[in-house]
Amino acid sequence: MSQPFRLNKEGLINRNKKISFTFNGKKLFGYEGDTIASALIANGIHLVGRSFKYHRPRGFFGAGVEEPNAKLQVEFNGHSEPNVNATEMELVEGLSATSQNCWPSVNFDVGAINNFLKMFFPAGFYYKTFMWPKSFWYKIYEPFIRKAAGLGVASIEKDKERYEHKFEYCDLLVTGSGPSGLASAYAAAKNGAKVILAEDKPRFGGTLLTDDVSIDNLSGKDWAEKIISELKSMPNVTVKNRSQVFGYYDHNMLVMFERVSDHLEKKSKFIPRQRLWYIRAKETILSTGSIERPIVFGNNDTPGIFLSAAAKEYMKVYGVLVGKKPLIFTNNDSAYETALEFKKNNVEPIILDTREEHSSELIDEAKSKGIDIRFTHGVIVANGYKKVKSAKIGKLNKDKNSFEKIETIECDCICVSGFWTPSVHLASQSGNKLKYEEKIDAFIPDKKKQHETSVGAANGSFTLEESLKHGFENGSNLSAKITETKTEISIPNVNEKKYGAHDKFWCMPLPKNENPKRFVDFQNDVSVSDIEIALREGYRSIEHVKRYTTLGMATDQGRTSNLNGLQLVSNIENKIVPEVGHTTFRPPFTPITIGTIVGREVGMEYMPTRKTPMHEWHEKNNAVFVDAGVWKRPRYYKQGSETLFEASKREAKNVRENVGICDVTTLGKIDIKGPDAAEFLNRVYTNAWMKLPVGKARYGLMLREDGIVMDDGTTTRISENHYHMTTTTAQAANVLSHLEYYLQIVWPELNVNVVSTTEQWAGAAIAGPKSREMLSKLYPDLDVSNEALPFMGYKEAEFFGVPSRIFRISFSGELAYEINVKSDHGMFMWEKMMEVGKEFGNQPYGTEALSTLRIEMGHVAGPELDGRTIPSDVSLNGLVSKKKDFIGKNSLGREAFNVESRQKIVGLIPIDRKSSIPEGSHIVQDQNAKLPNPKLGHVSSSCWSVENNNPFSLAIMKDGKNMIGKKFFAVSPLKNKSIEVEVISSHYVDPEGKRVRS
Amino acid sequence: MLYIKCPYCGLRAQKEFSYGGDATVKRPNINEEISSEDWDNFVYMRKSPRGKHIELWQHIAGCRQWIKVQRDTATHEIFQTAKVTEEIR
Ligand SMILES: [Zn+2]
Repeated sequence: MSQPFRLNKEGLINRNKKISFTFNGKKLFGYEGDTIASALIANGIHLVGRSFKYHRPRGFFGAGVEEPNAKLQVEFNGHSEPNVNATEMELVEGLSATSQNCWPSVNFDVGAINNFLKMFFPAGFYYKTFMWPKSFWYKIYEPFIRKAAGLGVASIEKDKERYEHKFEYCDLLVTGSGPSGLASAYAAAKNGAKVILAEDKPRFGGTLLTDDVSIDNLSGKDWAEKIISELKSMPNVTVKNRSQVFGYYDHNMLVMFERVSDHLEKKSKFIPRQRLWYIRAKETILSTGSIERPIVFGNNDTPGIFLSAAAKEYMKVYGVLVGKKPLIFTNNDSAYETALEFKKNNVEPIILDTREEHSSELIDEAKSKGIDIRFTHGVIVANGYKKVKSAKIGKLNKDKNSFEKIETIECDCICVSGFWTPSVHLASQSGNKLKYEEKIDAFIPDKKKQHETSVGAANGSFTLEESLKHGFENGSNLSAKITETKTEISIPNVNEKKYGAHDKFWCMPLPKNENPKRFVDFQNDVSVSDIEIALREGYRSIEHVKRYTTLGMATDQGRTSNLNGLQLVSNIENKIVPEVGHTTFRPPFTPITIGTIVGREVGMEYMPTRKTPMHEWHEKNNAVFVDAGVWKRPRYYKQGSETLFEASKREAKNVRENVGICDVTTLGKIDIKGPDAAEFLNRVYTNAWMKLPVGKARYGLMLREDGIVMDDGTTTRISENHYHMTTTTAQAANVLSHLEYYLQIVWPELNVNVVSTTEQWAGAAIAGPKSREMLSKLYPDLDVSNEALPFMGYKEAEFFGVPSRIFRISFSGELAYEINVKSDHGMFMWEKMMEVGKEFGNQPYGTEALSTLRIEMGHVAGPELDGRTIPSDVSLNGLVSKKKDFIGKNSLGREAFNVESRQKIVGLIPIDRKSSIPEGSHIVQDQNAKLPNPKLGHVSSSCWSVENNNPFSLAIMKDGKNMIGKKFFAVSPLKNKSIEVEVISSHYVDPEGKRVRS
Repeated sequence: MLYIKCPYCGLRAQKEFSYGGDATVKRPNINEEISSEDWDNFVYMRKSPRGKHIELWQHIAGCRQWIKVQRDTATHEIFQTAKVTEEIR
């Protein structure tokens, strides 16, 4: 169980704690503090996956978020998660990782044949090839591509973990704990500002952990530790590791993804797995650092090729060697630090430097240590299929477009450095238009749109001294503006190595007659020739080139490929990079789990659940519930083995024959008070309201300004200046906003107040021919005769000692009442009604029976008032006053609303009197007509008429009233049904409305 | 997510508000004779400017007041908020 590439001492891992895990079934171990990547490399494993398009063998390239290749399927703590970045995921006991995008195995991959057929997979391949014949797409092309090119596999198990959302506010959010971030956070904290410092990695310090520097005579790592422990002790500071700020949204709202417990072996069930933070920051410091840029050369995707800083990080943080015969390929000084680190660990590197021989602090040090340096040299092509074995290297000519000398040297890894790219994603997301900084050949933030300031390497400052200075200054100045306190901080003394200038060279030429793939974007397999093809085929805008070649479109968002892609386009087009422009950066910066986005809003917590005060009774009595907005309403009360159809028929029939009660608590209720209340209602409703006496209710219809029906309901005059309005369950919130709009903005001169009282009252409807008898038993002391309490009458009375309101209103078309009591008394009322109603054959009825009752009466509801109908469409023009003005009145005169053939409500019955007509069916003249078959209308509501014992539907139909007596077909392609129907009046039962007045 | 200053409640997240359209549109007076062209303009015609726009929002999950917000439709910058009874600029 030895780890051949683990150093004896180096690193920040905990060597006292071994962690066992498996990779593709093989048992391995690493240490606490390892990532999957560092543990695998320590075990000498480099081949971890296959590439997306050509299925080429791929290994690790980076050591963090920049990793384009090493995405694994990982199982741990009972999860199976696809596309996990092996360079970021911390090792936990029992973890099992497998390669993805390979079949049958990573070592022998059938799809790798694509690699040998690569001439068939150029840019735009998918667009060009799979277009024809069309019928091949679903059966042949699509399954093939899916099997061959899939990423990981998403779990279909229910996620048992807990995810949280957190809302936080702060003065200063600092994103990244490298030197500039630490300095900013520290300075702001000293000024008393509320600071959040977020670090993506498990360890704080950023480059301070790997760079050979000292600050105030402390090593970078020790200084970082000192600052962090001081920050942690301050009450105004929140310090978070394993937390990636991935999105910058409007008004300085940033979103952060915290990995709370994935790294823990044991955890309390009260700790979430991951947490999403919504942070509203007054100011933001973007100290996101920079990512090393590769140099493009032949077969540069072979396992064993690393970014040079990643190789250094593996040594310094994890105590792991990425190889024992390293070749360092660079255009700048920073890779010399990697070479020196190898040397320190007794490994002999060879440096290939594309620059002319010259002197600098680092070059001189490398020379003095005896390191083999070859100037004006570079790697032409890496040899080895599953691992680098050697490299063909060349001495470049003066123009760097051909070679003076070519030779092959042995190596087991290549560490490449093409200088540094500031991580400007968050700045760009905030709306900052970036500018191209020629000195560093990269984009840096320019004019800001929001309260953000980039510092350190993210702003293009690559020296420690400058980064610290920027950090302290900006942290101090930005926070002082907020806290109005300024604490002087002396900027520490820094000891660091001076870098010389880099070479503006990023793509190795190829010798004649050699044509290995040179990859620009590893994750999406985009090569130099793909970009050349796109340009040859006429794509010019970088956004088009990006989409055609898929450059930078993978989950790594082109962190290591964007600039090299731009550079290539600019070289071919003979433009400078800023003219080519850059593509847009979008959140999330790194992939985040769906669970975190969803948070706690799953299952029962997906929406609020509103229950009426009688809910428990319904539950106990076998109610089957239906969602009505956020309310739970009984749909029917199941008796024995009844179906929905049987139960609703029984309940509706009982209302027609005896009496039934229905929980109507969910209806919207609005209290309207004030001396101008009558005038207000008169403007809101289409009918007249000025003369409604106290103690009377009226049915009202309200329109939108465009003449479309908005809602209907009854409103009762409780006292002189007090009205009680009811709305449909669905429109309750909209109607309240609508009323508030007119009172606050349009007619502020009206002295009226409105407030929702929906939750204040529990309501029950008593409907059926025996409802008056039942009512008289409920109110033994009250005169409930037709004379004393007529249709649309209102009374207040005690209900067994409890104050109540009695409305004589009806939705079912039967003689009916509605009783309201305070919510707390709802259950009491309901139980009393069930008790008293027994002798009259009372039964509770649900929404399904309620619908049946209203449909066969021709009462319109939501399906008819669907946002497209005006009053005359649904036979409610009798409620539209000709004399007064009201909201929407002027629109009713519009031409299209008044044509004779306009859609109108009608009734439909099937010719066979048996076949139910599916809701949503289209009404057509000829069921066999050629498509598109002209549509004459649609079926809005359907029921089984309990009165006539056959199906009945309401429909909205062109020229409706003139169609009565004619026959059509109601077709539902969805249900594969076509039913011959006859058009009749929409009032199928009691068309004169005698019952409600009886 | 926008951060909107309700003149009654202070700074609150956009989640608490609902949008109400152009605040400069004036509804014709009740009972007033109006040409169908003017009426149609009131009901249907709205400008969609790029840049400053005075609009209505209702603090629906707060004080329920309708308020005026002057916002840049391109950048979402909010310049000013006011009660509906107050003028913006
Ligand atoms: Zn408010």
